[in-house]
Amino acid sequence: MAIEVRIPTILRTYTDGAKAVDATGATLEELIGDLESRHPGLRDRLVDDSGLRRFVNVYLNDEDVRFLGGLGTPVADGDTVTVLPAVAGGAR
Amino acid sequence: MPYGEAMLTIARELVDKIVAHARADHPDEACGVVAGPAGSDRPERFVPMENAERSPTFYRFDSMEQFRVWREMDDRDEEPVVIYHSHTATEAYPSRTDVSYASEPNAHYVLVSTASEDDVEFRSYRIVEGVITEEPVKIVESYG
Repeated sequence: MAIEVRIPTILRTYTDGAKAVDATGATLEELIGDLESRHPGLRDRLVDDSGLRRFVNVYLNDEDVRFLGGLGTPVADGDTVTVLPAVAGGAR
Repeated sequence: MPYGEAMLTIARELVDKIVAHARADHPDEACGVVAGPAGSDRPERFVPMENAERSPTFYRFDSMEQFRVWREMDDRDEEPVVIYHSHTATEAYPSRTDVSYASEPNAHYVLVSTASEDDVEFRSYRIVEGVITEEPVKIVESYG
C-alpha cells in the first residue's frame, strides 16, 4: 500500500493529467521528496525555503497539516494527502 | 487553456445572490464559488464562503471550509465554474494579488465592486498563467 496524493487541476501538468498519484514516506517532507522523484518540479510548487508555501493548502486525511506538524507530520500507508491551492486575492 | 466559451452565461438568480452576499459583507470583501457539473461551464450551485481574513482589502477561503466544499464538488462530479469576490473600495478589476493567487484555470473569476452605493459592478475574467482576459457576462432567466 502507499499514500494517495490528490493533485489539483493546476498541478496536473506534473502528473500527466492524473488526479491522484501514489507516493511513500514516513513524514510529509519525505512524501514530497518521493513525489519529486516521480514528478519532477512538483516539490517547488509545494514548498519554499521556509516550509510549505503560504498559499498552498495540504491536508492529511481531513486535517490541514498546518494544524498538525507541517512538513514533519507523520504519514502512513492508507492515508490520503490532498493538495489545494488556497483561493485568495483582494484589492490590496 | 480553459474550455467553454469566452463568455460567462449565468442565471439572474445567481447574480442576485452574489451581489447580495457582497452587499451584506461590505466593507469586508465577500467571496465564494458557484459550482456546476464538470465540463459543463454552467454555474448552478451557489456556495458562499467565509472570508477567513475578514478584511476590506484581502480575502482567503477558510482552509477547512475549502476542503469540505472542494471534496463535495468532487463527490458530485462538479467543479468551481465561478469563483467570486468583491472589491469594496475599488473597481471590479483583478488586482495584482488576484492574479498571483489565481489557481483555477477553468474558472470564471467574477469580481463585484460595492464601492458605489447605488450601482454594483459585476464583471468576469479568465486568469490563466498570469494573463487577465475580461469576458462578456450574459445574464439569463434560466439555462433553458
